[in-house]
Amino acid sequence: MLAAAAAGLLLLGISLAFYWVPDAPIEGFRQRIFYIHVPIALTAYACFFWAAWKALRLLWTRDQRYDLESYTAVHMGVIFGILTLVTGSIWARTSWGVWWTWSERQLVLFLVLFLFYSAYFMLRFSVDPGPRRANMSAVYALFGVVLIPVSFLAIRLADELIHPVVFTRDVNSNLVGSQLLTFGICFAGMLALAASLYTNELTGKRLDERLSELREALS
Amino acid sequence: MTSAEKYVTAAYLVVLAVVLAYIVIYAFKLSRLEREVAELAELARRRRETQSEPEPEPEREEVAG
Amino acid sequence: MSYLEDVGTLAAKDLRLELRSRDTVPAMLLFVVSTLVVFNFALPAGASADAAYGLLWAALVFTAILGLTRAFAAEREQRVLDGLVLAPSDRSAIWLGKVIAVVAFLGLAEIVALPAFALFFQPVSWELVAGVALASVGFAAVGTLLAAMAAASRARELLLPLLFLPLVIPIVVGGVGASIADDPGRYLGFLALYDLIFAILSWASFEYVVTE
Repeated sequence: MLAAAAAGLLLLGISLAFYWVPDAPIEGFRQRIFYIHVPIALTAYACFFWAAWKALRLLWTRDQRYDLESYTAVHMGVIFGILTLVTGSIWARTSWGVWWTWSERQLVLFLVLFLFYSAYFMLRFSVDPGPRRANMSAVYALFGVVLIPVSFLAIRLADELIHPVVFTRDVNSNLVGSQLLTFGICFAGMLALAASLYTNELTGKRLDERLSELREALS
Repeated sequence: MTSAEKYVTAAYLVVLAVVLAYIVIYAFKLSRLEREVAELAELARRRRETQSEPEPEPEREEVAG
Repeated sequence: MSYLEDVGTLAAKDLRLELRSRDTVPAMLLFVVSTLVVFNFALPAGASADAAYGLLWAALVFTAILGLTRAFAAEREQRVLDGLVLAPSDRSAIWLGKVIAVVAFLGLAEIVALPAFALFFQPVSWELVAGVALASVGFAAVGTLLAAMAAASRARELLLPLLFLPLVIPIVVGGVGASIADDPGRYLGFLALYDLIFAILSWASFEYVVTE
């Protein structure tokens, strides 16, 4: 169901982004990356917040099933985070001719978050499974969402220190109705995609768990 | 295709590629799960068979005593 | 006020241990000065004055990691941390006691590092000192929590830098800003905000990191 909604919304959204929406005034055709880059970025944030929520539930109730849910959400977030970095890099390339720039705050924030959540996996893989690991992962996931606004503030403050060549982009200037609608559809589609991938992966992981339990019980 | 169009399409294609890659990885995982379930079913069946063998023993004892 | 007594006892224990064994602080001192010397060779001839301040902060980050790795090392070897967790005191007292000790060690390293920096590279302003002080609290606060996590893992020394570096990027920004910006007050305020947020978060969640 979820997957069907995701497929439908994304197909519609992408078609609209390519065929229906008018060219942006200054940016031109390349502005259309906006319709996939920003929804992916927002979805990544959503995944991290979802992971933090599940982490909070784990610490609050000590119910171990939240551990897998939090972990899967972080995994989704990292996948979408990587996609954000890649699409953002492509957008930078087509806008300014460089594959990376430190003056794109969202990109830099995602780089920091990518490093942070990659370390999450390092943490999980180097601790034996159990309630201790679940607790540590949960605390770390909570630190992550607190880091998001703090990092953003830091990056804004850093902008003035690093004196980059300031690249600007006409992103949020007066989005026309059709553009807003297309963006909304793409955003909803991305969220649905993340949700359906999440449920799939969660089911897969739980099956893994059940199977190893079965295996132990039988041998 | 203009250069701008190439980049825009590339961005969308990258997203598609990642989603497809995910699906492929999942297909592999599903077939592995299938195999494991089959193995475990086999284990369970063998377990059931070995558990049903010891039953004839008590009957023979009664006959002897 | 038994909580504060516990904190005091724990901090005193760490300081006394260090006083007797003298292995962490001398290493940190030597490390930070060596790093500064390396940076002299790492900076090209035309580098701006500001670049040197940036490198100072890099040196401070890595010195902090060095100190933190050692902070739980003794605990690890003697399983003291496990014993402390079993003790009836509030586990967050362990965190606070450890933070005080780490700040002390870092402070000692900085008392040597800053004059060395002023000697080798650039003058040191009061804002810079304030920034270093605030940053040390931040390093200690999140570092102690992360060091406890790393101590429970198999990767130990490898894991701590990986966990630590992304989290302290804001501290580096604040510190460098306090050193070179025209308006250092803003950056000092940001450092204070960071310290407040992450100290509270670390204090509250330490309990969960060390128990099942």
